[in-house]
Amino acid sequence: MWWARLKALIVKELLAVLRDPKGRTILIGPPIIQLLVFSYAATLEVKNVDLIVLNRDAGHWSQELVQEIGGSPTFRRIGFAMSPGEVRQAIDAQRVLAALEIGPGFSRDIEAGRPAKVQVILDGRRSNASQIVSGYLGRIVATLAARTPAGERAVSDAVRVEARNWFNPNLTYQWFMVPNLVASIALLIGLIVTALSVARERELGTFDQLIVSPLRTHEILLGKLIPPMMIGLFHITIYILAAVFVFGVPLRGSLFLLYGSAVFYLAAVVGIGLFISALSMTQQQAILGAFLFMVPAMLLSGFATPIENMPGWLQPVTFINPLRYFLVIVKGVFLKDLPLAEVARQTAPLLLIALVTLSAAAWLFRRRLE
Amino acid sequence: MIVARPSRKSRGGGSRRFAALVRKEIYQIIRDPSSILIAFVLPMILLFLFGYGVSLDTTRTRIGLVVEDETPLTRDLAASFEASRYFAVIEGRHRRDFEDDLVLGRVRGLVVIPASFAADLAAGREPTVQVLVDGTDPNTANFVLNYAQGAIANWERQRSNEGLANPPAIAAEQRFWFNAELTSRNFLVPGSIAIVMTLVGTLLTSLVVAREWERGTMEAMMATPVSAAELLAGKLLPYFILGLTSMTLCVLIAVFLFDVPFRGSVVALYVLSAAFLMPALGQGLLISAVTKNQFLASQLALISGFLPAFLLSGFLFEINSMPTVIQWITYVVPARYLIPSLQTVFLAGDIWPMFAQAITVMLLIGSIFFALAARNTRKRIS
Amino acid sequence: MTRRDEPSSAPFARLTAVTKRFGRTPPALDGIDATMRGAEITGLVGPDGAGKTTLIRLMTGLMLPDEGNVEVLGHDTRQHPAEIQTAIGYMPQRFGLYEDLSVQENLDLYADLRGLPTPERARTFAELLEFTDLGRFTTRLAGRLSGGMKQKLGLACALLRKPQLLLLDEPGVGVDPISRRDLWRMVRKLTEEGIGVVWSTAYLEEAEACDHVLLLNRGRLMFSGPPREMTARVEDRVYRLTGIDGRRRDRLARLLGEEGVIDGVIQGEAIRLVMKPGVPPPRPVNDEEASVRTTAAPPRFEDAFVDMLGGGPGGRSRLAETQRSFIAEDDKPVIEAHGLTKRFGDFTAAADITFDIARGEIFGLLGPNGAGKSTTFKMLCGLLKPTAGDGRVAGFDLRRDAPAARNRLGYMAQKFSLYGDLSVGQNLNFFAGVYGLSGARKRERIDLMTEIFEFRPVADMSAKDLPLGLKQRLALACAVLHEPEVLFLDEPTSGVDPITRREFWTHINGLVEKGVTVLVTTHFMDEAEYCDRISLIYRGRSIALGSPDEMKTRAASENLPDPSMEDAFIALVQASEEAA
Repeated sequence: MWWARLKALIVKELLAVLRDPKGRTILIGPPIIQLLVFSYAATLEVKNVDLIVLNRDAGHWSQELVQEIGGSPTFRRIGFAMSPGEVRQAIDAQRVLAALEIGPGFSRDIEAGRPAKVQVILDGRRSNASQIVSGYLGRIVATLAARTPAGERAVSDAVRVEARNWFNPNLTYQWFMVPNLVASIALLIGLIVTALSVARERELGTFDQLIVSPLRTHEILLGKLIPPMMIGLFHITIYILAAVFVFGVPLRGSLFLLYGSAVFYLAAVVGIGLFISALSMTQQQAILGAFLFMVPAMLLSGFATPIENMPGWLQPVTFINPLRYFLVIVKGVFLKDLPLAEVARQTAPLLLIALVTLSAAAWLFRRRLE
Repeated sequence: MIVARPSRKSRGGGSRRFAALVRKEIYQIIRDPSSILIAFVLPMILLFLFGYGVSLDTTRTRIGLVVEDETPLTRDLAASFEASRYFAVIEGRHRRDFEDDLVLGRVRGLVVIPASFAADLAAGREPTVQVLVDGTDPNTANFVLNYAQGAIANWERQRSNEGLANPPAIAAEQRFWFNAELTSRNFLVPGSIAIVMTLVGTLLTSLVVAREWERGTMEAMMATPVSAAELLAGKLLPYFILGLTSMTLCVLIAVFLFDVPFRGSVVALYVLSAAFLMPALGQGLLISAVTKNQFLASQLALISGFLPAFLLSGFLFEINSMPTVIQWITYVVPARYLIPSLQTVFLAGDIWPMFAQAITVMLLIGSIFFALAARNTRKRIS
Repeated sequence: MTRRDEPSSAPFARLTAVTKRFGRTPPALDGIDATMRGAEITGLVGPDGAGKTTLIRLMTGLMLPDEGNVEVLGHDTRQHPAEIQTAIGYMPQRFGLYEDLSVQENLDLYADLRGLPTPERARTFAELLEFTDLGRFTTRLAGRLSGGMKQKLGLACALLRKPQLLLLDEPGVGVDPISRRDLWRMVRKLTEEGIGVVWSTAYLEEAEACDHVLLLNRGRLMFSGPPREMTARVEDRVYRLTGIDGRRRDRLARLLGEEGVIDGVIQGEAIRLVMKPGVPPPRPVNDEEASVRTTAAPPRFEDAFVDMLGGGPGGRSRLAETQRSFIAEDDKPVIEAHGLTKRFGDFTAAADITFDIARGEIFGLLGPNGAGKSTTFKMLCGLLKPTAGDGRVAGFDLRRDAPAARNRLGYMAQKFSLYGDLSVGQNLNFFAGVYGLSGARKRERIDLMTEIFEFRPVADMSAKDLPLGLKQRLALACAVLHEPEVLFLDEPTSGVDPITRREFWTHINGLVEKGVTVLVTTHFMDEAEYCDRISLIYRGRSIALGSPDEMKTRAASENLPDPSMEDAFIALVQASEEAA
């Protein structure tokens, strides 16, 4: 009997979202577009950099340096300035990100075995990109230095840095971005779908129909919980397929662990959505509420910036953010073959969040009858 | 089309109607908690998050340091890692001590000073330091590598100063203009102000206009002698002012609370913001005129206004690094023009040629939105 | 009506062969020709979806016809909408008020928009505030006003600069009879000043008070003329059967099956019948009916309308015939309310409501909006927890055994509240599911509903796209799928056309004969007449409890020897006001 009631609820919820062609489009279109656009657009890689050179050196070493830079895939256009004023203008107007000033004695110093200097000027308004470019330039300069007479002599005692990137040898950005998007788009959609589900029924008056029916509060809650989780699992499946077959992200860990923890993640997300829904009286409040949760959740998840970079007093706030835990799991399972114990350790807080938010939602639903 | 009014109506009537519409809107803004929420509370939260929470500066990244052979020399090198302000170093004897930590994300990278290091250096056999980084987050990986190289370079410089080693053949002297300390807050906070104005201009405006359609007040307005142009302008002016107020509040917080430098002029700040509000408001009006429904309007405003301002504007991600097709899309995102200009006003000063270009493009996009919105706001119900 | 004989009043508005379509559905308005005059109230009458709102919007110039012309005050709406908009007053369905602005701020806004000169303001505001009796509430937010007050404020805003033509779109919706009468008086006054008024309404009884009526049904103009001309159709064919002993519902069902009967409804203890032309009223057929007296009754607009549509739906309810009977069960009250009280903060929405409802009884909660009838209703069906007092439904305590009680009750909400995005079949399946039906029994019940209510052709249509009449049927079908013992109906037939309304009550009457108990809230007088007993709720208290006829008797006076249900309602409310 209770199963018949629950089944009717689940079928109804799914139909309500999927029967309307517009609803289907909204559930399938934007997530896929978001996956494609964001995984290509949201990159912290730095490419196609424009650079300006003020070269006051007549010798061949400066030519060599410029050629070396031109040969790097990071740089797109290399312009030449005649005066420091031109350099200033180019940087001011953001026509270039960086400038290279080579002094008149550059080649002479090198030939003479004296330490030579170049000045690198970077646009601090874009400090992230500048920092990365400065690293590239530093390496190019070091490579050139090794070829100078002094460098060839000094090679013996210059420390060589042998860099290796584990899990992602070429630092392919999409390997980072796509697993991140799997978790965050599931949050985005799950939250909006659930936050609206109760608020909409309340506005249309159908929620009263549910309350006067023999359904018990926990049945209504389960009926509201399971369908968005099914939709979420569907999305996650699509993303995993796209990650592996479109973006070529290696799946090194266990798919079983990934799905197992995804269930708890979705339960936590839907729990938060239902909690917001139970709090709000209108659809508009539900949308704003979901939005108010979503933006900080994205920013404080470790997605864009590592959590350990945040101030100490802010870090505990991230403990209630389900995205924080699932990001570790998705990235870990995909790239690092995260062991079961660690997956379980990250899943436990998700279970706790789900339990707390769902009970809070149930309590709020009941209280609304007062 | 904006319906042209017969000229027989007195001009006084027009300005009076307009004033009445503006006054009504102001009352509504003051009394509606959701306007306050979007215009003041949400901006505070965003600013706060970008001011404190989201920092792209990798300060004190945890790394493992393996010194395989303890000698005064390797100790010296290890000390230079420990002295780096970018690293929190955990020391160990074997690299396998750290392998689990790397998998579990407890350390972001591993620096190995091999057993042969001292001997190689003494023998002139190109001593090697291995830097193993967690590539799952390429950005952090890059930073770790850069900082590791920096620490080694420091050590070498120190040795050459002490006459123990040759100085590098070429030294690249780096200077970061406008933001010498590379504080990411200094460029994130100006950027988030553009996002805040998108919220007020596009999201809030589209919601309030859609609400008038939903509640039937738009219909009552339209059956009065008020013209469509007056209706639109009566909506715009209050939200224009609200957008500027919200921006002002953000700037005050940025400068006085977060100590973001402000090197440009207040005039430039307001001219740029005003120009940006044109496309933002125009987009909000267009969305509400097309949807006439709060839910759809909010979804469209998020997808077409908020997210692009966030992701396709150069705020967090370099436009130059995006694929060409996506770069094209960014040309119609108004925030793309405002954000660099705002960062300039804050960090560099007034660079008018750059501003002029940005303002022109923003006004152009704005007028296209307005033309479309006006076309869709005839005094007709369909 | 008196002005009908003065042909001098020129038409204020003229519609010529006007057709308006939305999408590919049948036209919302189909070839309408009509004129409206000054100094007259033109009633635009018809059920929901008849095209009333579309017609009014066409007259404001906010919408243009697909074919034909609309001319208002000498201007064509296509060419000179601006001229029209300066000269008309328009009150849309939801009054066009800004809820977060105060009464005075709303007035100021519309005064500025309509260009009311400053020197005239003080006087105009004073006049309108007195006229609408809103003077005490100028600083109150419009959103905090009652329905009736909102409507008066909406009217005041439309009247700020005295219009030549006043267009009112369903001003009576959601407003209690007292406010409706006030409004009617105000509008009548305006016509005396020569203003033309167009008043749209779904209440057919309002048509009778208009000078001229345009009767719309499904986009077609069914009648145009003075209401007397319409009622004359059924002159001498309307009868009242009184003195019926006991089962008047059963009696009505049999009468409706008879050859010469066009229409019949329950009116308290009596039955009202419309006969075919030339057919005499039915005679008593046996001793049991000997007590029945048949008297001629004055015809009503609705009688004529049903006659025009070819008569009512007949008296048989297949739904009731297949319904399991509850009569044999005990005779304890099915619904009990004892001192039910609900407080929200320091506001008491319902205080000490007490009544018992016997098996097979239709019990009505009647009262103005916000008086507490919905609160009482919601407490009894489990949507609100009472602050104090007890309620029992089908023997189950509301506080302790609510879920068990819910299996026994069927619920039909005021506005259509099924799942609009689901098809008809899916809605039936869903409700069968949540009420625990499964397997063969589920199929059997759904098939039965599909057959009785003729859902087969629309089974795959989304519920939200159904015509209003079908929506109403679907709502009823979903409420009775599980054969409930008790039915809760919240204003079940407001806005529905008279034919569908009759069909609905035929089913309800049939179910009641089988022992189903019905609790209905309404402020719709026609629905009140179907009840066995009514509790009149005003300001949170039950001010009168009894049968409709008892209510009428209590309200009877020298000037009003035979009051209508509405008269009784108003008299009782006013008496309670005076007592307070």
